[in-house]
Amino acid sequence: MIRVVLPHHLRTLARVGDEVQLEVKNPASVRSVLDALEAKYPMLQGTIRDHGTLKRRPMVRFFVCGEDLSLESPDTPLPDAIGNGSEPFFVMGAIAGG
Amino acid sequence: MLIRVIRGSELSKTNGFDHEQEHDYERRTRTMSGVRVLVGTRKGAFILTSDGKREKWEVSGPHFAGWEMYHLKASPADPNRIYASQTSGWFGQIIQRSDDGGKTWFQPGLSPGEPTTTPEGMPKGESNKFAYDVSPETGQPLTTHMWYDGTQHPWEFKRVWHLEPSLADPNHVYAGVEDAALFESKDGGQSWRELSALRGHPTGAHWAPGAGGMCLHTILLDPKNPQRIFIAISAAGAFRTDDGGKSWKPINRGLHSQYIPDPNAEVGHCVHHIAMHPARPNVLFMQKHWDIMRTDDAGDSWREVSGNLPTDFGFPIDIHAHEPDTIYVVPIKSDSEHFPLEGKLRVYRSRTGGNEWEELTKGLPQKDCYVNVLRDAMSVDSLDSCGIYFGTTGGQVYASPDGGDTWDAIVRDLPAVLSVEVQTLE
Repeated sequence: MIRVVLPHHLRTLARVGDEVQLEVKNPASVRSVLDALEAKYPMLQGTIRDHGTLKRRPMVRFFVCGEDLSLESPDTPLPDAIGNGSEPFFVMGAIAGG
Repeated sequence: MLIRVIRGSELSKTNGFDHEQEHDYERRTRTMSGVRVLVGTRKGAFILTSDGKREKWEVSGPHFAGWEMYHLKASPADPNRIYASQTSGWFGQIIQRSDDGGKTWFQPGLSPGEPTTTPEGMPKGESNKFAYDVSPETGQPLTTHMWYDGTQHPWEFKRVWHLEPSLADPNHVYAGVEDAALFESKDGGQSWRELSALRGHPTGAHWAPGAGGMCLHTILLDPKNPQRIFIAISAAGAFRTDDGGKSWKPINRGLHSQYIPDPNAEVGHCVHHIAMHPARPNVLFMQKHWDIMRTDDAGDSWREVSGNLPTDFGFPIDIHAHEPDTIYVVPIKSDSEHFPLEGKLRVYRSRTGGNEWEELTKGLPQKDCYVNVLRDAMSVDSLDSCGIYFGTTGGQVYASPDGGDTWDAIVRDLPAVLSVEVQTLE
């Protein structure tokens, strides 16, 4: 079981709380986590990565265990702590505006 | 409308109305006229409702709190069907729909009011998907357009600026998007298809973004000719199709823009908004970057009707519901200073189809007012005494129940208003 923390606006869009839980086959990757997230919450399709190219939207980033994985290959295996649910996978929006 | 129905049910509890009396009450109140004002703001949507007197207002919202709501518009064929464009620079484009007059919302393709939680057989989030059509069968190559610095730049979808429901079919709706293109949905907003002949017009490489982006912001459907659609793009100009979107022609003859290399060019004009009266669809009024323009031949030629306006820069323009030659603009000081002249918020009305304008100030702030009124933030109702409405970047929504003679603020402290649309309910 993998825990995912979404930014506020995506929580309201998906109508979920602070954290969502997903079943993802190990070893998990950014791609497999996002695939599972969008399968469970299809309204999130296009909001984190582009519909067509599946590239990360420019002002969205991914953090795991204190590391920024945004620029890594989406197929890079995630740490065990993400795979076993002891640490969450963070989807974050860039800080901007006033 | 909502308030009156609630009162009916309350009366039934407190005064001992029986069901028949209650139904009779609701039937009578529903036949009374009312208005519903759909307001899109930088931080959510608001719905303002009143009866035909337009004196007391009920405000609901924010809907989609925190999101930019570029535009909301209801179907002329079904007043309970409302489409909304919910956008974010972070998370992209969402289309929302209500089938009950704005009480509840859902993304088309998902079950109304229900989050989908099972992976089997779920509808996909395709209502969010606006993909330029590059298919060999119907599409156009994804070429480039002019960028701010004069170089060529690829088309990139950013957001939906304007939603225009069909005049006849609640499930048919058009979307004007940035970077400029026209999409349509025929399944209630669930899936979208680009009418790509517009973006593929041979002049496309010369289109350039205005300060707000390269947006397709105006869509006018000809009530007398279903094959004819007018659109406008900042900063490309106005275009018309006479074959339902298969081909388009620029309709900018007569426009003169000193800020482009060839002031009389076929394309490149920063059209801010265009208005049409349904009884006279060949007559259009345009607020260009500078200049108020008029055409009497469906855009084949334009002439300036700015007349005695103190400044002819501005964004919105609209037409009285019952007087096709009575038009309204909100003059703004200049393209560098987007606020009213002298800090006085004044609507100008022409009863002569342009050229002769009178200022309307009663009820509007006449000192220290430095708000803007954006292009889609003015609308009219069609009650006997036509109501005029506009919203400001300062968060006020003003209404005039008497064609502009007097004004009052319905609300004063919303987030910056992006769009205002009005429904007349019967």
